[in-house]
Amino acid sequence: MSEATTLSRRSLLKVSALAGGGFALSATMPMVARAVSAEAGAPAELTAFVTIAPDNTITIIGKNPEIGQGIKTSLPMIVAEELDADWDQVKIEMAETNMAKYGPQLAGGSFSTPMNWMPMRQTGATARAMLIAAAAQKWGVPVASLGTEPGKVVEKASGRSATYGELASLAATMPVPDPESLTLKDQADFRIIGRAIGGIDSPKIVRGEPIFGVDTQLPGMVYAAYERSPVFGATLKTADVEAAKAQPGVIDAFIVRGNGNPEELVDGVAVIASNWWLANRARSALKPEWDNGEWASHSTAGYAAKAKELMDGGQAAEVFGERGDMAGALASAAKVVTADYSYPFLAHVPMEPMNCTALMRDDGVMEMWAPSQTPQGGLASVAEYLGVPPEKVIVHITRMGGGFGRRLNNDYMVQVAAIAKEMPGTPVQLIWSREDDVKTDFYRPAGWHRLTASVDSEGKMTGLKDHFVTFDLGESPFNPALMAPDTFPAKLMDNLLLEQDMLRTAIPMGALRAPNSNALAFVTQSFLDEVAHETGKDLPTLLMEIVEGAEPEPTTMGFTGPTPGFNPGRLRAVTRKATEMADWGKPVTGGHALGFGYYWSHQGYFAEVVEVSLSDSNKVQVHNVWCAGDVGNQIINPFGALNQVEGAIIDGIGQALQLAVEIEGGAVKQSNFHNYPLPRMPMTPQIHVEWVKSDNSPTGLGEPALPPVIPALTNALFALTGKRVRSLPIDTSLFA
Amino acid sequence: MAITVTINNETREIDAPGDMPLLWALRQELGMVGTKFGCGIGMCGACTVHLDGQAVRSCSLPLSAIGDKKVSTVEHLAQSEVGQALQQAWLDEDVMQCGYCQAGQLMSATALLNSNATPSDDEIDAAMQGNICRCACYKRIKTAIAQVSRNEETANV
Repeated sequence: MSEATTLSRRSLLKVSALAGGGFALSATMPMVARAVSAEAGAPAELTAFVTIAPDNTITIIGKNPEIGQGIKTSLPMIVAEELDADWDQVKIEMAETNMAKYGPQLAGGSFSTPMNWMPMRQTGATARAMLIAAAAQKWGVPVASLGTEPGKVVEKASGRSATYGELASLAATMPVPDPESLTLKDQADFRIIGRAIGGIDSPKIVRGEPIFGVDTQLPGMVYAAYERSPVFGATLKTADVEAAKAQPGVIDAFIVRGNGNPEELVDGVAVIASNWWLANRARSALKPEWDNGEWASHSTAGYAAKAKELMDGGQAAEVFGERGDMAGALASAAKVVTADYSYPFLAHVPMEPMNCTALMRDDGVMEMWAPSQTPQGGLASVAEYLGVPPEKVIVHITRMGGGFGRRLNNDYMVQVAAIAKEMPGTPVQLIWSREDDVKTDFYRPAGWHRLTASVDSEGKMTGLKDHFVTFDLGESPFNPALMAPDTFPAKLMDNLLLEQDMLRTAIPMGALRAPNSNALAFVTQSFLDEVAHETGKDLPTLLMEIVEGAEPEPTTMGFTGPTPGFNPGRLRAVTRKATEMADWGKPVTGGHALGFGYYWSHQGYFAEVVEVSLSDSNKVQVHNVWCAGDVGNQIINPFGALNQVEGAIIDGIGQALQLAVEIEGGAVKQSNFHNYPLPRMPMTPQIHVEWVKSDNSPTGLGEPALPPVIPALTNALFALTGKRVRSLPIDTSLFA
Repeated sequence: MAITVTINNETREIDAPGDMPLLWALRQELGMVGTKFGCGIGMCGACTVHLDGQAVRSCSLPLSAIGDKKVSTVEHLAQSEVGQALQQAWLDEDVMQCGYCQAGQLMSATALLNSNATPSDDEIDAAMQGNICRCACYKRIKTAIAQVSRNEETANV
C-alpha cells in the first residue's frame, strides 16, 4: 500500500448513518414545493420555506432542529436576505419532520450551514422572483423594469411599489423559476446576513414559556420512567412490576423487551404515573434481576491495561495508513521522539435530560414530540420498530436543551414509542433522570496512542508512526472510534505508518461535539509540540515547516455539497492571526505561560493560544484564550457565531481539566454533576475571537473551535512547568 | 391531602404527597413548566426559584417544607423591576445558546441583584457558580448581570 487513503467502508458510511439512514449521501434539496395558489385573503405559500400573508407577515420555515447552535435564526436569515424581506416582518416557524418537503433535517456535524447556504439563498431568491413576476403581470410591465426594496416590489423608473403581502396570492400562481436562472445578491449588498440578530426564541425563553421537548403538555398526559440495566449488554430476567404498581401515583408498570439494537431499544421496565417524580421513585420497588453476560467484568482500567499490552507487543493487527518507508526513516533518524497518549470516555450531558412525548392515536398514527438532532432518522427507527410505514409516524421537532451529539441517537424515541403503543389514546411523556443520562449515554470513545516521530540531523520531522488502540464497534456504520488515515499531520508526512488494534466492548459510543477531532487534536498537537520542543522550535514554526510546499487539496463533492479539501494557506492564516493576537514569542511573566494549538475540522480552521498559571494548590487557571477562526467568507450571524466559539472553548477546557467517564463492573461509575463536574462560571477565561475571512462559502461553527483549545492548554502547561500532559483529564499531581 | 402553597402571589392547592419536590409540583401538577429539571440533586441550578426572595433549588425542596413562605418563579419574573431589566439584558447581550438553564440563571441573578445591587466580579461568580450552563454562556451571563448592575449604579449617583 503506497498511499495513505484507505478509509474503511464503515467510516465512508458514517455520514449517512449519522442521519439515521433516513436519506442517501447525495440527498438533494427540494428548493421549492410547487406553489399552491392561495385563497383570497389567505397566506400564500411561495416555496416550501416562504409563506406571505396579505398583512405582509412573512413566515419562514426553520428547517433544521435547534439545539442552541442558532440555526433556527440563521437559516431563515439567509432566506430573508435573498427574498429581500423586511426582517421585522419575518416570523419563523419550526418545520415538521418531512424529508420530501424540506430535504435533510439534522443538527450534526456542523453540516447545517454548508449544506443549506446555497439552497436557502435559492429558496429566498425563488420567492422574490415570483413576487416580481406577479408585479410585472399586474402592472403589465417587463420584469427587467422591476426591483425590490425590503418587503416590496418597486418599479425603478416610476417608483411605484406594491408590498409583498399585496402580491403574494398572485405570486403563488407564477411559474416556479429554474434555480439556475436566479440572480443572487452580491455579498456587499447583504442587509440581514452579517447582522448580529438575537436568537428568535430567546424572548420566550426569558419568560419561561413552554418551548423545549420536556415542556410538551397534552390533555390526559401521563409520565414514564424507564428502568434498564446499568451494565451495558445486559438482558432482563425478572422484575417485580406488581410492587411498582402498588406505589403511590403509579398507573401501570410493564416489561419492555429490547429489539436487539442497543442504539434503539434495550430491555427494561416502564413505570407510568400521573407525575414523573412518582414514576421515577417507584422504580426502586422493581428489584430487577439482569443477566449481565460477559460484560460485567469490563472496566476502563482493564481496557487501558489491554491497550498497553497491545502497544508493547509491537505489530498491531491492522495497518490503516502507510506511505514511504517509516522503518527506514526511524533507522536513519538523528533523533526519535516517542510518547503514549490517552483520553477517556466522555458523556454529553445536555442540560435538558433525554425525553420524548408520544401518542398512539386511534387512527394508528404514532404522533411524537421529539427533541432529536436527527428527527428523520428517529421517525424511520420508530416506524421500523412498530412495523408500520413511515407515513404512520408524525414527528414534531421541539427545541432542545442542548445536543452536543447525544440526540443524534434516538433511543429515547423508540423507548417512548414502545411504551405508548401499549397505551393507545393516552399521551405519554418519557423523561430520563440525570443519572439515567450519565449512565446510559453513547460515549465519546476512549483511546490510546503510541506515537513515534523520526527527525533528521537538520531537525526536520521526517516521519510519523501511530499505534492506535481503539474499540471494535461491530457493524455500527458510524464509528466515532475510528481515526481517518488523512488526519493532520499524517497526510503531509513523507514516511507514515498508522496501525490499530481494536478492543471488544459493549459500551455504546457516539459522536460528541467535534467527534474524533476532540480527542485527536489533543494527541497530535501535543505530540507535535513535543517534536517542536525536541528540535528547538515552537509549534507554529513546526506546523509551517510541515505544510511547506503543500498544495491545497481539490474540492470534492461531499455530504454537504462541494467541499474544499485541506488548504495549507488557511492553516497559515489562522496560525499567524492567533499568534499575533496573543503576542506569541514575547516573554510571558508573572508565573504565566502560553501554549498553542491548531486544528481543522468540520471545514473550519482554528488556531488558539491559551494563557495559564497554577494556583498555590496546583489548580490550573486559564486566564486568556486567543482564537482565530476561518469558516469562509461570511459570518451569517455574528451573535450566534461568537457564542458558539466561546462555548466550544470553555467546553474544551472543561473536558481537559475535569471530565471523565469511568467504567467499573461493566457500568458507568459517574452518575450526576457532582462526579461529572461541568465547567462553572468562575473558571471562565477572557476569550478573544477574530475571524479570518477566506474565499470559501460559509461553513458551520458548532464544533471546530473546540479541538485546538485542549492541546493549547496542555502545551501551555508544559511551557509553564516542563511537565507533559499525555493523558486526559489533566492530573494536576504532575505539577506537584 | 392537598397542600396549600403561595406561588407568584396566588394561593394554589396541590394534591400531591408532601415529599414531592416543588419542581415536580410546578411542572406537572400546576403546568408551570418555566422552571426546569436538570439534575434532581441541587447541583445545576436549572430549577432555581425564589422562596421569600432567596434563590433555592426547587428539585430539592419538598412541598411540605414550604409552609407560609412565598414561592416566585420565572413566569413571574417580569413583575419585578430587576427581573425585567435582567430579561432585557439577556436579550440585548444575546446570552443564550440552547436556553434551557436560563430560567434558573435569571432567578439566581435576580436574587443576587436584589440583595446586592452592585456586585463585584467575584461576587457575581460566587452567586452564580451553582448554576451550570452546559453551552457555557458564562461570559455573556456575567456581562448581562454587570450591565444591569451598572445601570443601578448610575441610577444611584
